[in-house]
Amino acid sequence: MLSKRIIPCLDVRNGKTTKGIKFKENVDIGDPVKMARFYYEEGADEIVFYDITASSERRDIMIDVVRRVAEEIFIPFSVGGGIRTIEDMRTVLLAGAEKVSVNTAAVKNPEIISEGAGVFGSQCIVLGMDVKKVELSEKIPSGYEIVIHGGRTYTGIDALAWAKKAEDLGAGEICLNSIDADGTKQGYEIALTSLISKNVNIPVIASGGAGNINHMHDVLKYAKADAALIASIVHYGTYTIKQIKDELNSRGIKVRNTW
Amino acid sequence: MIAIIDYKAGNLKSVECALKKLGFPCCITHNNKEILGSERIIFPGVGAAGQAIADLRHLGLDKVLRQALETGKPILGICLGAQIILDKSEENNTQCLGLISGDVKLFPSLLFSREKERLKIPHMGWNSVHLVKRHPVLEGIKPADEFYFVHSYYPMPASDKYIIGTTDYGIEFPSIIGYKNLIAMQFHPEKSGTPGLKILKNFCTWNGHYAE
Repeated sequence: MLSKRIIPCLDVRNGKTTKGIKFKENVDIGDPVKMARFYYEEGADEIVFYDITASSERRDIMIDVVRRVAEEIFIPFSVGGGIRTIEDMRTVLLAGAEKVSVNTAAVKNPEIISEGAGVFGSQCIVLGMDVKKVELSEKIPSGYEIVIHGGRTYTGIDALAWAKKAEDLGAGEICLNSIDADGTKQGYEIALTSLISKNVNIPVIASGGAGNINHMHDVLKYAKADAALIASIVHYGTYTIKQIKDELNSRGIKVRNTW
Repeated sequence: MIAIIDYKAGNLKSVECALKKLGFPCCITHNNKEILGSERIIFPGVGAAGQAIADLRHLGLDKVLRQALETGKPILGICLGAQIILDKSEENNTQCLGLISGDVKLFPSLLFSREKERLKIPHMGWNSVHLVKRHPVLEGIKPADEFYFVHSYYPMPASDKYIIGTTDYGIEFPSIIGYKNLIAMQFHPEKSGTPGLKILKNFCTWNGHYAE
């Protein structure tokens, strides 16, 4: 039976991880390659990198990071942030990433999903969705709206309609981030995750709000997420991935527990 | 030297990285002479069957693979490389290489787990393999080990004699197949952590003999 995936997420700016990290072992804080290796050895099922480098001239630094990560870890990893064209996708995939994720670029130009899936295969194309809860309206019948620019810009696009459209265009997976829950540590947005996951036939990674293992249990069990994205709860040493997996396993969630 | 066959089908870099990590010299190539002169062959691939077969034929690699199989060179197929070695695929209704008789099938559209939960397609993520036969390339692999899968189609050989391992995803499908000097797996050993690297290492030292 397929395991649920536990996926640490690393934000990278100018080639350095940006969040303060409290590793118990002697890991060079700020080096994405070493952090990825640490999580790989700890039992992460996959790793997500977000390149939050502001200037596009410095994207080469991220490509170098991707290349070095590919030499060090032997689980899948994806790269998102600043990917706007098929050529951007090609560069990242040739450097050794399994998947690329598109977010704002896909909102502005949905065809990038179908073009990317056509050239590289659906399994390579992850749609990143940033979502906020809004009033139900004719335009937003699900009550969840797609936002961009870190939540500052409302797009007028209904989240459920967008998820279905992306699936039709050939996205292989959805990384669903609740802007409302993000950073709160109060738990994932269960209703949103459940709504999207039950209405598409591609895997959904829940993102935003993880504060403890119970939150992960709930989103995987009740909201039917296929994977859970985590950041601060592992970056700041609250839990190890092994602890998370052991507890999930003991509570009946099947996760990979030997590696 | 290990030849990683290059026919524009996806992520060859990760196979190369894994072999380098294990210390086995390899090259990514579509040069027929270089492939036939190599000690062993890895036949990877992600993408669609139709395009892959067209590219292979265009490069003359269909004949090269057949020749390598007949001369006893160890061959490892990965993912799409474990599918298009069969006779034909439901994906793009493609006539394939026919190195193993059988078909490549699409997962049923309504797939349910034992707990009656709907299963998504593609089958993406970590799953285990039930070994139905022993094989030198799978030496040291334990029942609890899991491997990374991402696919919507699966290989279905015409005879059970080709099935080495199976995986449960709503249905029990063949996830490792092979005979003689050919072994092929639906999952990605190069992306499956330590157990995956173990399989690659075993393959890189396998002499190609396998008594069924």
